[in-house]
Amino acid sequence: MTDLSTPLAAKARPFARLRAALTAQPEPAKRVQFDRPLLPWLFLLPQLLVIFVFFYWPSVQAISSSFYLEDPFGFGATFVGIDNYTDALGSAEYLNIAAFTAFFTAVVTAASLGLGLLLAVKADAVIQGRGPYRTALISVYAIAPPVAGLIGMMLFDQHIGPFVKLAAMLGWDMKVGIDYWDTAFAMILVSVWKQVPYNFIFFLSGLQAVPASVREAAIIDCRNGWRRFRTVTLPLLAPTAFFLLIINITYALFDTFAVIDVMVKDKPANNPITLVYKVYNDGFRGNDIGGSSAQSVILMLVVLVLTLAQFRWLERRVHYG
Amino acid sequence: MHRIRPLDHLILILGCLFMLAPVAVAIMTSTHSAADIHVNGLSLAPGGHAIETYATVLSKRGGFTGEVTGATMAMNSLILGLGFAIGKIALSMLAAYALVYFRFRFATAMFWVIFTTLLLPLEVRIMPSYQVMSDLRLLNSYTGLILPLLASATGTFYFRQFFKSVPDELLEAARIDGAGPVKFFFDILLPLSKTMMAAIFIIMFVYGWNQYLWPMLMTTEERFFTLMRGIKQILQVWVGSQIPDYNQAFALAVLALLPPVIVVVVFQRWFIKGLTESDK
Repeated sequence: MTDLSTPLAAKARPFARLRAALTAQPEPAKRVQFDRPLLPWLFLLPQLLVIFVFFYWPSVQAISSSFYLEDPFGFGATFVGIDNYTDALGSAEYLNIAAFTAFFTAVVTAASLGLGLLLAVKADAVIQGRGPYRTALISVYAIAPPVAGLIGMMLFDQHIGPFVKLAAMLGWDMKVGIDYWDTAFAMILVSVWKQVPYNFIFFLSGLQAVPASVREAAIIDCRNGWRRFRTVTLPLLAPTAFFLLIINITYALFDTFAVIDVMVKDKPANNPITLVYKVYNDGFRGNDIGGSSAQSVILMLVVLVLTLAQFRWLERRVHYG
Repeated sequence: MHRIRPLDHLILILGCLFMLAPVAVAIMTSTHSAADIHVNGLSLAPGGHAIETYATVLSKRGGFTGEVTGATMAMNSLILGLGFAIGKIALSMLAAYALVYFRFRFATAMFWVIFTTLLLPLEVRIMPSYQVMSDLRLLNSYTGLILPLLASATGTFYFRQFFKSVPDELLEAARIDGAGPVKFFFDILLPLSKTMMAAIFIIMFVYGWNQYLWPMLMTTEERFFTLMRGIKQILQVWVGSQIPDYNQAFALAVLALLPPVIVVVVFQRWFIKGLTESDK
């Protein structure tokens, strides 16, 4: 729900288009267009107002306050150059959280992409019951991350959680909310659960876009199912997969905030948290506005790098047609 | 050449179980009493306390000020979901119309100004956004809840793509018949866009309803709490209680998840189309 609402759907792919628009000669969207000097501005005005007030203004403030040390009581700010950045990047705590964020993102992305792909391939292959399977598998898409977090908390609850009992049978004394890695395990499971439907939807529609003639030719040429999947289906899905990769990374970095917030219940002390949670925690609880802003800017840079990766992919996509 | 392949079905059934079992457990357990849940754990069979639990959650005044009920929170979630979806469609259709159908100076620049917002999610600029809202005195208001979420170009992007796919001949014909931009928009483009609007409405409604971080920061007064905020609240109240109100927490979760799930399942054709085709 990225903003590509998921919010995400729109989040990454547009950049590829943006770049295409940039590199190509600016050509009008339509052969015929209206020629009125004022009307288009009138239509653009509401959107532009909202964007300037709620996007550009705060973004500029984030960048500028990242260079200041703000008095927590609101009495002015001192320019400190890049101290906020060096403080953040130099602290062991920040680096630990960054390492956990990277691990968390990698695991959540890999697991939810893998499961989504597996289920999409199977749902594409069966004839009977395709509709019900699809409905069942996409319905969880609509569940909000905090609700997913709450249900996860219950399933991992010390008193009533079936997962804890199951783990106990296997000799694993699971203490979610107390033990660092047990909490991480629960957070990852809930985050993956929440994201599988999204990947499933995109992989399934990617698979169904493969023309019947290509499928039939592949079946004739290659009888081994696994090899056919690897050499025909997977390359055809590569553009979808790459698009989803970026979306999933963004999801794991940002949209899992609610899952984490619900599951650590304001006690981040011994629990794993991600970088976005730290931005929030330092800014709103620690009142460290400069430090929190610097961390925001670092995250903005991460998003920019992801976007550049998306640009590069545009060129590679040409090979796949 | 198609045969029934048991392994494929087995994997799909396991996948459906993995996805749906937690939801089923939440719904079923919410119909048991708190003491029952405390003793017997989660349940997959319906219990006998559904009506009283949901009545309590919907009508009991909770929180610190005693101002908020589950019904109020559901109403606020609905206002946020609808307000966001309608606002998004209105703003982005107009902007996309201007970008696609008009020749004017700085059109390319405006395109960039608008689409740059796709680069940065709200989460990375929450602190300064909060300060801006506080400067504008919009904390604890529906305006403050909805407007900042509209500051992104997703909807504009969807509609721009769609408008570009509308045949040019329509505009040529309309102009020969003497239709101006406003008439063309309302009489031709709007009726053509109905499916697209429905798809975007569903996606945006779910997105608005499910918002968590922004409403949590923006609303300190409990009468503006949404269901998502209520979920955080109910977990905070638990700390230290003897028998936590598991049943009420589950009931609240069910209230929060059912409307978007129903919308997505009922309108899944439009929803999938809107989600996957907009990037073609």
